[in-house]
Amino acid sequence: MTKEEILDILQQIKDPEIPNLSVIELGMIRDVEVNAPNAVIVRFTPTYSGCPATTLIKMEILQRLKAAGVEHIEIVEQLSPPWTTESFSPQALEKLRQAGIAPPHPHHKKGEDPPSLGIPCPYCESTDTKLLSAFGTTACKALYQCNSCGQPFDYFKCH
Amino acid sequence: MSKTFDTSTPSPASTLDAKIHYLFQLADNALIMGQRLCEWTGVAPELEIDLALCNIALDHLGQANAWYEYLVEIYPHPTDVDQLAFCRDEHQYYNITLTELPNGDFAQTIAKMALFSIFNYYLHDALRKCPDARIAAIAARSYKEIQYHRRYTSNWILRLGDGTDTSHERMQRALDIVWDHAFEAFAPSPADRIMHQHGIAPDLEQIKSLWEHEVHQLLHKATLSIPETGFTGYRAKSDGIHTEHMGYLLAEMQYMQRRYPNLQW
Ligand SMILES: [Zn+2]
Repeated sequence: MTKEEILDILQQIKDPEIPNLSVIELGMIRDVEVNAPNAVIVRFTPTYSGCPATTLIKMEILQRLKAAGVEHIEIVEQLSPPWTTESFSPQALEKLRQAGIAPPHPHHKKGEDPPSLGIPCPYCESTDTKLLSAFGTTACKALYQCNSCGQPFDYFKCH
Repeated sequence: MSKTFDTSTPSPASTLDAKIHYLFQLADNALIMGQRLCEWTGVAPELEIDLALCNIALDHLGQANAWYEYLVEIYPHPTDVDQLAFCRDEHQYYNITLTELPNGDFAQTIAKMALFSIFNYYLHDALRKCPDARIAAIAARSYKEIQYHRRYTSNWILRLGDGTDTSHERMQRALDIVWDHAFEAFAPSPADRIMHQHGIAPDLEQIKSLWEHEVHQLLHKATLSIPETGFTGYRAKSDGIHTEHMGYLLAEMQYMQRRYPNLQW
């Protein structure tokens, strides 16, 4: 198997909490090494320390690669440098919006509270929105509501 | 028969012992904070607070997991994360007593979390630059999360302290209750000293002055008074001597692993 073929398989693995983004688009795959035709090392970085999806994603990587005929799979957890939302591609940001999740906002400084107002609504693009809760459905998200269309939505915090 | 666990002696005899003890300090602080915060799940004053406390609890459990994973690798005997987290006896836990104090009311939880997360913030800021690559990597990731914990709890201190008469009074009382326990963080354990000599752990005097500066400013802004410091000789971090609350916490936390050894989810 080639590295490209492995990446194609990994591209099909989605984060269970953001079902239209793959682990590659989320920047969780640091590198893939194909050492022999049947031996693969996947360098993986988890997002948040306590992200409950981590175990599930690792299991799925193992299962998918096994099913594709890879016999020796090593998943190496690579913590450094820590995962960041800065590694999202423009396509990934667009996909987040399509999933109803407002992507990380350039005015939101890392480590600061999410802005109380003005995060564009992923449904109607209005900026007349307000923060409901700095902690949302998962550790990586905050909860907002749009005053224009009334829709509550998740915001992916800068991290 | 309960399982006993072989662990390092309170006075580290070697650098490896000191490192193991030091990693237990970090891991146990995170584990016990996480365990306590989980107690709020489903019963917090508001849904938003429930979400926040659960998420912060999860951050702590994740951080604890990362430290225990490192411990498993350098531990002198074969072990695993569950054994380290759930199968030690009380005197083998080296968290500071602040983390094991009961949640009390919401103000007491916030007081405890704020004093802890401000300390944790400066500690991890130093550790993420330390020469041990693994410690630095875990600290760098944790640091990002701790920034949120510090901000979240500081905001609540301001809101409750500078709020109504009742919220002010309860916030002040909460701070008075937990205050002394925070100082255990700054009293160097033998492991703190040895790790500092090796350039890994920061100078706790320096962390303390950063902490005091920030906490004093925060309390001032929140119209709260700085509690008088009383007894500060707690020795859970260095010797595993805990408050009376720790046994109850462990009884609940360890029940499953002790009752069904080596259970798997
Ligand atoms: Zn809208």
